[in-house]
Amino acid sequence: MIPPETTSKEQTDMSTAGGPSERSQAAPGASASRAKVNKSGHGVKVTDLHAYYGSLHSIKGISIDFPPNEVTAIIGPSGSGKSTVVRCINRMHEEIPGARAEGSVTLDELDVYGEGVDVTAVRRLIGMVFQKPNPFPTMSIFDNVAAGLRLTGTKTSDLRHLVEHSLQSVGLWGEVKDRLGEPGIGLSGGQQQRLCIARTVAVEPEVILMDEPCSALDPMATLKIEELIDELKERYTIVIVTHNMQQAARVADTTVFMLDGQVIEHDATNKMFTRPNDERTERYVTGKFG
Amino acid sequence: MSAVAARFPEVSPRRRRTDRFMRASLLAGTLIALVPLVLVVYFLLKQGLGAWSGSFFSSDPNGNFFGNPGGIRSAIFGTLEMIALATLIAVPIGIGVALYLVEYGKQSAFANIVRYFIDVMTGVPSIVFGLFIYISLVINHVGGASFAGWKGSVAVSLLMLPVVTRSAEVVLLLVPDSLREAALALGAPRWRVVSRVVLPTALPGLVTGSLLAVARGMGETAPLLFTAGVTFLASSNINQQMNSLPVQIFNDITSPRQAVVDRAWGAALALVAIILVLNLVARFVSRRSRMA
Repeated sequence: MIPPETTSKEQTDMSTAGGPSERSQAAPGASASRAKVNKSGHGVKVTDLHAYYGSLHSIKGISIDFPPNEVTAIIGPSGSGKSTVVRCINRMHEEIPGARAEGSVTLDELDVYGEGVDVTAVRRLIGMVFQKPNPFPTMSIFDNVAAGLRLTGTKTSDLRHLVEHSLQSVGLWGEVKDRLGEPGIGLSGGQQQRLCIARTVAVEPEVILMDEPCSALDPMATLKIEELIDELKERYTIVIVTHNMQQAARVADTTVFMLDGQVIEHDATNKMFTRPNDERTERYVTGKFG
Repeated sequence: MSAVAARFPEVSPRRRRTDRFMRASLLAGTLIALVPLVLVVYFLLKQGLGAWSGSFFSSDPNGNFFGNPGGIRSAIFGTLEMIALATLIAVPIGIGVALYLVEYGKQSAFANIVRYFIDVMTGVPSIVFGLFIYISLVINHVGGASFAGWKGSVAVSLLMLPVVTRSAEVVLLLVPDSLREAALALGAPRWRVVSRVVLPTALPGLVTGSLLAVARGMGETAPLLFTAGVTFLASSNINQQMNSLPVQIFNDITSPRQAVVDRAWGAALALVAIILVLNLVARFVSRRSRMA
């Protein structure tokens, strides 16, 4: 029991220490394109969004600005429409039978709901991490990371490198490099979730949506994901839905408070948790309801 | 003391008796259900093993009235060939229909009509499929000959189709939606989600379901009687009349000659053995493919 733990710890330390430099050496092409991404950054703008499940009007005209290379947290009680909002951003909402959305979502100047827009292209640019880790059970660890590329038919000259690079960027490489051929579902919950993030990162999206990514994880695994989010925001715009207000306070630059399908308040995280403008926000963040 | 006893009363004798009685009756029910199964296997082995010999599998039935009646080689080849073709027809179509129902049709009116007709088809007696092929393909001499092995295959595939479809639909529904979502959210087009994620995940179940249909089709006599014909010919040409294990059993068992009746038992045992082996092979294959 003990020896593997120590080795994995050492490996994690090593990979975090040598992370960025290794990365730039590892994939010059990828990092060059990233550098370009870095400078411009990709923001998402939601304007007057309405969403419906059949006849249920669940999102009632909201507008949120998600600034580039920032982490935006969406908090609010259950049923307030947090998840629906993020699912509208990458058009996963419409996969539910009877569900539809109105209004506008733009990625930079691109209209996500524009006519003739290929929905698969939208989802490639706007990645998503789900509440429950969902690695593909038939695939190995390696294949899980490569899945995004294979599923989108993307040809890569050096798949191995890209998989290694993606696993490194989620701090999983040291833990799994000797068993890349083993099934992805053999990992622990926290490792599975990082595997899923690696899978999302591997297709090089511009925005990453996270729908309560830690709610199925223990505190240690949660901490790791939160640290990871902090690193990832250098390269991606991140939107995270969370039930955990401490988590929002720890990771988010700005925080959105939602209630009954409406945005009550959107401000710098610090301000939201110390002196919010709206009384309902204050009641929620201090745990008086919700 | 008495307070503790009141809060943790012992299980009453009545409840204990009822429990013992229910357990015993459930066990008895299981044993009763096992009786016919064990008896079938017992009689098959007892009557069939005696008929088995080297020449039993290597010679064709010769139809002679005296002497050695011959073996079951043509019946084995006929069954394997016809069922292989029937499987090639029924499994891709059946899984295709199930994919349509689960991934695309869902609860639409058309999908529900399809489901209804599949259920109706499951209930159609197998002889009706035989008659249908007899009217449509046999008496019209489609493809030259009247009776032909491939016509038997078509009749059996009609019988297998609803079994494959229904079992495949159940298995595909068991694939968690979270996996479809994960793939879609990566930007995968629907057809790749189906071919790369849904089908591989469901594969072991699809194999099991298809095999159930194969086993069912293999034992059918009625659809073959009017389609593949009744023959002792040693034909392995699927365009001509073909012998098969069920049809040979059907003919042999009514014979007044003991040697021929024994051959029927031997053929029955062979049929069960083939289905058993197929089951084991398919299980092995689907287990290995899951790891890959």
